Amino acid sequence: MALDTSGFVPKGNLNTDETALGRSGRRSTLIKVLGRLSGFRFPILMSLLMAVLSVVFTLLVPIYIGRVIDCISTGSGPEPIRDNLMRAAVSAVIVGVSTYIMNLINNRVTYLTVRDIRNEAIRTIDTLPLKYIDSHSQGDIVSRVIADADQFADGLLMGFTQAFTGIMTIIGTLVFMLRMNVAITLVVVCVTPLSLFIARFISSRTYRMFRDQSIERGAQTSVIDEMIGNAKVVKAFNKEQDVLARFDEINERLEKASLKAIFYSSLTNPCTRFVNAVCYALVALTGSYFAILALGGDSSRLTSGITVGTLTVFLSYANQYTKPFNEISSVISELQGAIACAARVFEIIEETPETPDTDGRTLEDISGRVDIDDVDFSYVPERELITDLSLHVEPGQRVAIVGPTGCGKTTIINLLMRFYDVDRGAICVDGEDIRGVTRSSLRSSYGMVLQDTWLAGGTIADNIRFGCPQATMDEVTEAAKATGAHSFIRRLPLRYDTVIGEGGTELSQGQKQLLCVTRVMLHIPPMLILDEATSSIDTRTEMRIQKSFRDMMTGRTSFIVAHRLSTVREADVILVMRDGAIIEQGDHDTLLARGGFYSELYNSQF
Amino acid sequence: MKRLLRYLKNYKIQCVLAPLFKMLEALFELFVPLVIAALIDRISDYSASGDAGFVVRCFILLIILGVVGLISSCTAQFFAARAATGFSKELRHDLFATLLDLDYPQIDGLGTSTMITRMTADVNTAQNGVNMFLRLFLRSPFIVAGAVVMAFTIDVRSALIFVAVVAVLFVTVGLIMRYNIPMLKRVQSKLDKVLDFTRENLSGARVIRAFNVESDRQAGFEAANEVLSQDQRRAGRISGLLNPLTYVIINLAIVMLIGVGNIQVAQGRLTTGQVVALYNYMSQILLELIKFANLVVTINRALASANRISEVFGLEEGPAANATGQPAARGDEASARTDSASEASEWAVEFDDVSLRYHEGSDEALSNISFKVKRGETIGVIGGTGSGKTSLINMIPGFYTATSGTVKVDGEDVKCVDAHELRSRIGIVPQKAVLFDGTIAENLRWGNASATDSELEEAVRMAVAMDVVEAKGGLDAHIEPGGKNLSGGQRQRLTIARALVKKPDILILDDSSSALDNVTDRRLRENIRRMDPGTTVFIVSQRSSSVRDADRIIVMDDGVMAGIGTHAELMESCAVYREIYESQFGREEG
Repeated sequence: MALDTSGFVPKGNLNTDETALGRSGRRSTLIKVLGRLSGFRFPILMSLLMAVLSVVFTLLVPIYIGRVIDCISTGSGPEPIRDNLMRAAVSAVIVGVSTYIMNLINNRVTYLTVRDIRNEAIRTIDTLPLKYIDSHSQGDIVSRVIADADQFADGLLMGFTQAFTGIMTIIGTLVFMLRMNVAITLVVVCVTPLSLFIARFISSRTYRMFRDQSIERGAQTSVIDEMIGNAKVVKAFNKEQDVLARFDEINERLEKASLKAIFYSSLTNPCTRFVNAVCYALVALTGSYFAILALGGDSSRLTSGITVGTLTVFLSYANQYTKPFNEISSVISELQGAIACAARVFEIIEETPETPDTDGRTLEDISGRVDIDDVDFSYVPERELITDLSLHVEPGQRVAIVGPTGCGKTTIINLLMRFYDVDRGAICVDGEDIRGVTRSSLRSSYGMVLQDTWLAGGTIADNIRFGCPQATMDEVTEAAKATGAHSFIRRLPLRYDTVIGEGGTELSQGQKQLLCVTRVMLHIPPMLILDEATSSIDTRTEMRIQKSFRDMMTGRTSFIVAHRLSTVREADVILVMRDGAIIEQGDHDTLLARGGFYSELYNSQF
Repeated sequence: MKRLLRYLKNYKIQCVLAPLFKMLEALFELFVPLVIAALIDRISDYSASGDAGFVVRCFILLIILGVVGLISSCTAQFFAARAATGFSKELRHDLFATLLDLDYPQIDGLGTSTMITRMTADVNTAQNGVNMFLRLFLRSPFIVAGAVVMAFTIDVRSALIFVAVVAVLFVTVGLIMRYNIPMLKRVQSKLDKVLDFTRENLSGARVIRAFNVESDRQAGFEAANEVLSQDQRRAGRISGLLNPLTYVIINLAIVMLIGVGNIQVAQGRLTTGQVVALYNYMSQILLELIKFANLVVTINRALASANRISEVFGLEEGPAANATGQPAARGDEASARTDSASEASEWAVEFDDVSLRYHEGSDEALSNISFKVKRGETIGVIGGTGSGKTSLINMIPGFYTATSGTVKVDGEDVKCVDAHELRSRIGIVPQKAVLFDGTIAENLRWGNASATDSELEEAVRMAVAMDVVEAKGGLDAHIEPGGKNLSGGQRQRLTIARALVKKPDILILDDSSSALDNVTDRRLRENIRRMDPGTTVFIVSQRSSSVRDADRIIVMDDGVMAGIGTHAELMESCAVYREIYESQFGREEG
């Protein structure tokens, strides 16, 4: 399992490979995003309308103020001043209200979309073939559902709000400025994009520095991981100083790389601000010059309509116009990031689920006969694992599967439970091919205890009740007593209400395994699978729970995979597996007498 | 938080210069409206029409202000970056040193992934906080205050509007933040829930499907997701207020300002240019206030990270006062006593009525353990999982210190001996076979940095690991982090060799042959028996076969010693030992 992400969810993958996604991939993702948003057509339309409203009135405010200033400078009467001030005030309020409405709508659209995407993702995850889950990093899938979906939300919200209003502002300002004076507008139009170029220039130069920084950071993280994860060994060998020295060496390099990256990238703001200052100064220069000319009686087209008021409007527009320009690169990268993140989430959602249960017959009241006929199976086509496996188990038989690691023991369990489908041949329960019955009825015919002691976050009681939520507290306690789990649960601070898992009480491996056994006890189906069910429990405790296992297995078909041969001796049939095939079959005494691989395995224990 | 401030100690100059230059930049920005005011007044003044020279001078002044602003701002960015990265470097160093300094009980309670998060993500956030703080924290208030001051120099009555507006804005922004920040925290914790759920559905896929509870799990996820989504929307409704509200307040203030200004101009107390200047100052306040609000969010995040980081430092000072680090004075005293004691004591290890409790108030992990081990003896330790075997042997190098009773090594109480010196005499092979990134030789030299190649080879041979070294291509073969390119059994044998390189007086094998097949295990035990007869050996195991040949066997059961003696004696007298034996070999073969 990859790095634990409970405390720290990396904010998406900033280094999402742009090229890997590709232009066409980006477009198809965009179409999918739009498709998801189509349910919100009306709110989005409203939001756009509000954006237009807010931009237009934002641009009107300086114009009204400019008129007032004209009136002041020419000393005209109080009425036009009052009217224009009223207009400015009303416009400002309209801007405020429409912006807020827009924020509310975007907020709602974004979070509802992300909620639905997450729900869809989890639905897919619960129906993904185990093959997919086994072969993909869980950390990666989790980060797609959490971090990527989150960054998608952020990017969508920001993109929604800023890209649209930004473009509207640029267009609106241009139109308003052109109507006032073409020459000054040209000055603004020519100078402002400079800031965009500078920002681009700096970010392309700093890209390498940020990459260097993340390389050093990665190196440092792996040292931390290695050394803190094994702090006990470090201490046992008195190596603290050496390890620290190695850490410091990387730390030093990281500091240098960080300083470069941070400093050079932080030049963007001062530089664009400088460009803006130049633009502002140029507007002041040309505007004042024209105003002087206009006041001096010149009425050429160049200077038409230039007054003190229009000059202030231009100055304030010069500021407003540059803002979306300065933000545009961050908005674009945010949007690109959001699309890349969306693509990663969609990849999960669109993953092919398990083949659906076809005609969906349900297994009911089964006797527990299992037939495996000529089964071939492999995880990867190039490496065959199980070939020509045949096995016929009568109801109530106890089947033990033994053999060295990697011989395919657990694979048989995967096939029996239909976590994986066979490549060839068939597995039948009570004569029914398991591919013809519903997965849920097949799986609920088996009680399963796996080597992997997975427990859900929650209380002990919740976990024991996992497959049988309606069980009473008495039944829970009864089951725990039967497996001996009761004795350790009794000693926990809140007994059956003790919360385990993330942030809760840590249980030992053996205790977890006892709980897994108890979980099955509560509701025992006609067939049992015990895959190394007691591997983490010491032999003495194991002996004690053997009795309850024996009771459990009476009259039930059971499959027992075990490492320790002492636990399989009592089985009716022992299958000895090697390299995906059954090489010996029989009960303990026959196999031992035969003097084959089993007796070799058995005797090597001593 | 205060703890972390000392990491800025070496960057005092930068911490002063960065804000100073930022203030300088702000100061130049504050001059701009004055220039514009002069310009406008000159234009409005009909008599001066045609004074193009003045306009050009103003232009040049504006450009100069821009250039000076650029230079001081870049300087400030440099000092801020320098201080921030230096801060995080020293912080990381100390964090790492602290983590390496923790003793076993503290390591037990430590989540590795949490620590990595603290050292990477949290330190980065803190670094960013320092950087932003140095850059903006003085600039924004300075511009706001500067604008107010400038307003006062222009016109007192208008300036009062400024004061009122700034007050209203502060209250507004403050209120929004106060409601919003806790909401964002709640959102984060809800997100963590959704994350846990997702992870569980993946890691528990088999169990979930085996028990057919997919629909329950989905319902649970959707409920958690809905709560998250609701909280997000609720938080968004508040934070979405910030921009529109401040905009409206500022613009209404501008309207008022100009309304009042108009009367003043009519009365001849103000010029048009000055009114425009007031207008510009008000606009500047708006911009800076928004920046300031964002800064507060950044700082808040940085503070949360700083608190999490401080918790790590808190570990060190934590209640586990039975830490292994010894006061220097006691170390001297101890070494002085060593000479006499080691001669006197024939016992390599003595436990005298030792009890161990990991945490205040928890049950005892070990109770009233007493035994003595002669130098050169081989001692087996056996017992079920959780019976206290590992706790017992970890007390010998002083990794855990006795809650009551005394543990002595070579006749010396381990509490009074220098921990480093003590550990240099003890070779321990931990349960978890870990190797580190580097060559095989580098890994083996953890035991003894000055060991020669032939010494390494000898240790490898004793650990029955020669085939591992050969298979990998010699002592200089590379080992991946965690020893990932080796099998469990190969790793175990190399960790044994690593301990043997040390040529320890006491060798402790903590269940370290569990991944070995029986033949290799037997050869290993034979080699160890042939070692220097002065070496005291502890073999911890769950397997009866591994300890059967030991000189004496300690039987642990639920934290108490159920028996000590030879195999034959224990089979006779110790029920627990007999049970363990029989569970593995069966009664009839006993």
